[in-house]
Amino acid sequence: MRKKISSIPFSGTPEQEEKLKKVIADHLDDPGAVMPVLQLAQDIYGYLPFEVQKMVADGLNVPLEEVYGVATFYSQFALSPKGKYNISVCLGTACYVKGSGEILNALSEKLGIEAEECTPDGKFSLTACRCIGACGLAPVITVNEDVYGRLTVDDVEGIIEKYKD
Amino acid sequence: MMEMLNIKINGRDYQVEKNTTILEACHKFGIKVPTLCYLKEINEIGACRMCLCEVKGARGLVAACVYPIDRDGTEIFTNTPRIQKYRKMNLELLLSNHDKKCLSCPRNNSCELQQLCLEYGVDEKKFVGEETRYEEDHTTLHLVRNNNKCILCRRCVAACKQQYVSVIGANNRGFDSEVGCAFEKDLGEVSCVSCGQCTVVCPTGALVERDDTDKVFAAIADPEKHVVVHTAPSIRATLGECFGMPIGTNVTGKMVTALKMLGFDKVFDTNFGADLTIMEEGTEFIERVTEGGTLPMITSCSPGWVKFCEHYYPDLIPHLSTCKSPQQMQGAMIKSYYAEKAGIDPKDIVVVSVMPCVAKKFEIKRDHQGRDGMQDNDISISTRELGKMIKKAGIQFTELPDEEFDPIMGIGSGAGTIFGATGGVMEAALRTVADVLTGEDLKQIDYKEVRGTDDIKEATYEIAGKTVKVAVTSGLKNAAKLLDEIRAGKSPYQFIEVMCCPGGCVNGGGQPIQPAHVRNFTDLKALRAKALYDDDLNLPYRKSHDNPEIKAIYDEYLGKPGSHKAHELLHTAYVKREKV
Repeated sequence: MRKKISSIPFSGTPEQEEKLKKVIADHLDDPGAVMPVLQLAQDIYGYLPFEVQKMVADGLNVPLEEVYGVATFYSQFALSPKGKYNISVCLGTACYVKGSGEILNALSEKLGIEAEECTPDGKFSLTACRCIGACGLAPVITVNEDVYGRLTVDDVEGIIEKYKD
Repeated sequence: MMEMLNIKINGRDYQVEKNTTILEACHKFGIKVPTLCYLKEINEIGACRMCLCEVKGARGLVAACVYPIDRDGTEIFTNTPRIQKYRKMNLELLLSNHDKKCLSCPRNNSCELQQLCLEYGVDEKKFVGEETRYEEDHTTLHLVRNNNKCILCRRCVAACKQQYVSVIGANNRGFDSEVGCAFEKDLGEVSCVSCGQCTVVCPTGALVERDDTDKVFAAIADPEKHVVVHTAPSIRATLGECFGMPIGTNVTGKMVTALKMLGFDKVFDTNFGADLTIMEEGTEFIERVTEGGTLPMITSCSPGWVKFCEHYYPDLIPHLSTCKSPQQMQGAMIKSYYAEKAGIDPKDIVVVSVMPCVAKKFEIKRDHQGRDGMQDNDISISTRELGKMIKKAGIQFTELPDEEFDPIMGIGSGAGTIFGATGGVMEAALRTVADVLTGEDLKQIDYKEVRGTDDIKEATYEIAGKTVKVAVTSGLKNAAKLLDEIRAGKSPYQFIEVMCCPGGCVNGGGQPIQPAHVRNFTDLKALRAKALYDDDLNLPYRKSHDNPEIKAIYDEYLGKPGSHKAHELLHTAYVKREKV
């Protein structure tokens, strides 16, 4: 799936930047440093916005496009931040045949964002994930650590309401 | 001595050196194996699967471009029904996500995909399904990107990387894969240097130069306009290729005739502008050496190189010569000196330049060029665009007689003509600098050390008791090595020539496109450069300062090289640009 580039303004802290600089310095002479540095950068920032990728590119002296190519190739990298509540919709086979596709659409419509995006207030993000191993409860979604199973499209609104605080 | 292997290709016996690829071996024995992604030494990734061949005993089909023949008795088949079937299917799969608008495509008839589809008799509707569609990118002055025609061969990506620029690459994965810029930015927003090497290597119409030929036709048709054209040194060595003439044919006379037939009011030679550049740049160099200016001084003729310096090495801008490029000098002189002599208001003059380059389209609109709100050049077209214009006008180029450039900017020296090849500017400058410093008319004027297509050439000359150490490079990857040396304070040179495109202007981004099966096995740069060095030998003047029209312009108009007036018209300034 094509990655969504977040329009949420970057809000990195000096501490985060300090950490990233150290990571870059530690990997400067490693061949193929882009992957591990991006992984650690994502640990620090939670996602890989322009500002972070630019720091990685300049720091490692590789073209920004090369960094972006890696970041968009591997599904583990996110270009959008995770919200306070990350809603993960399982699109594994069992969930999918039980209608998780419609659940995803309903969530997307309700939140006004597409999969792999975050709401402008930073509260909710939406992820489409692979099988989470709870096929007996299909279709399943998780909101952070909370699991909701045997859902119908009508349940969506109630679940979102719970996290409105 | 190389180990030789006995092999069979399609049942016939051959001998090849060990580790020759199947593709190279086949070429050697007169068999063209089809390719789409392979570009020798630039893109050897075996990705497109067009060159699939059968090797007896090998598991599955192998990619000929990256398969080294490493054992005696290897049996290769290049054209079995099985291979034909897979190659055809491969093409049909590519077409399933291609816009197939061949009739209106700028690469119609020069498209490598189209040619293969013809050879393999494809069904363009064999696989019908979802298609990815992209907006065309018209954000740059020099090219248009249309990803609906992209086949993801990555030749452009490799060419861009070769130039040390890498603003395009493969983004996303699977069906969403596309060649694009970081964060899906338009080409106009990133630090593309406008060299156009991607347009030369693209097998399809996904990356093509911006076509400015309609503007030229319109200007010629406007009775109010006095339209003046000038042609860069290397055009004479390459334009013939647009009409099927052998690579490296000098077509100066036919080109001039064709331009006059197209209806240009004056046809000038940018070799004159090149000579003028030498007068100014040579003087600037001598000044920098004697008065302690920033050294090494680096040439500034190549707008792709200048833009690269501004984006990637802005701290080294003081090293750039302040001289405008020959294109810009020529334009500035047409709108001042020529306008005055001909009694024409410069505002009524349209200057068209024919360049081997698409970065020239960017250069004509740069700040610190032109004056009184006028650009030095109004329209810049590439060799390919001129070829198109000549065809459109029905002019039978190969049949034309020879004509000569018009005075008063129609004479170029041999020094001017070799500007089109890497090392040419340096050699031209040395010819003049040596005469000026010694006060003699030196006879030994061949500086062969700086010729040729090596990555970096260096030489040391003793001139009038001074030691001058020079370096010449082309291709930005090579230039970067010399620049890093300067940054580190370790550069031993006083004078460096940098050309953006590998091999110099003869291999520029606006030059005729040769398909990969020609490019891979032909030294285009050397063949085209030879035409220029031969031209140099046969010209009546071989030093810029001997050019009688150059003498006249200084006597009558500019005073002397480096004069106040020369600075006003022929020199420029540079800016720091972002790196994205």
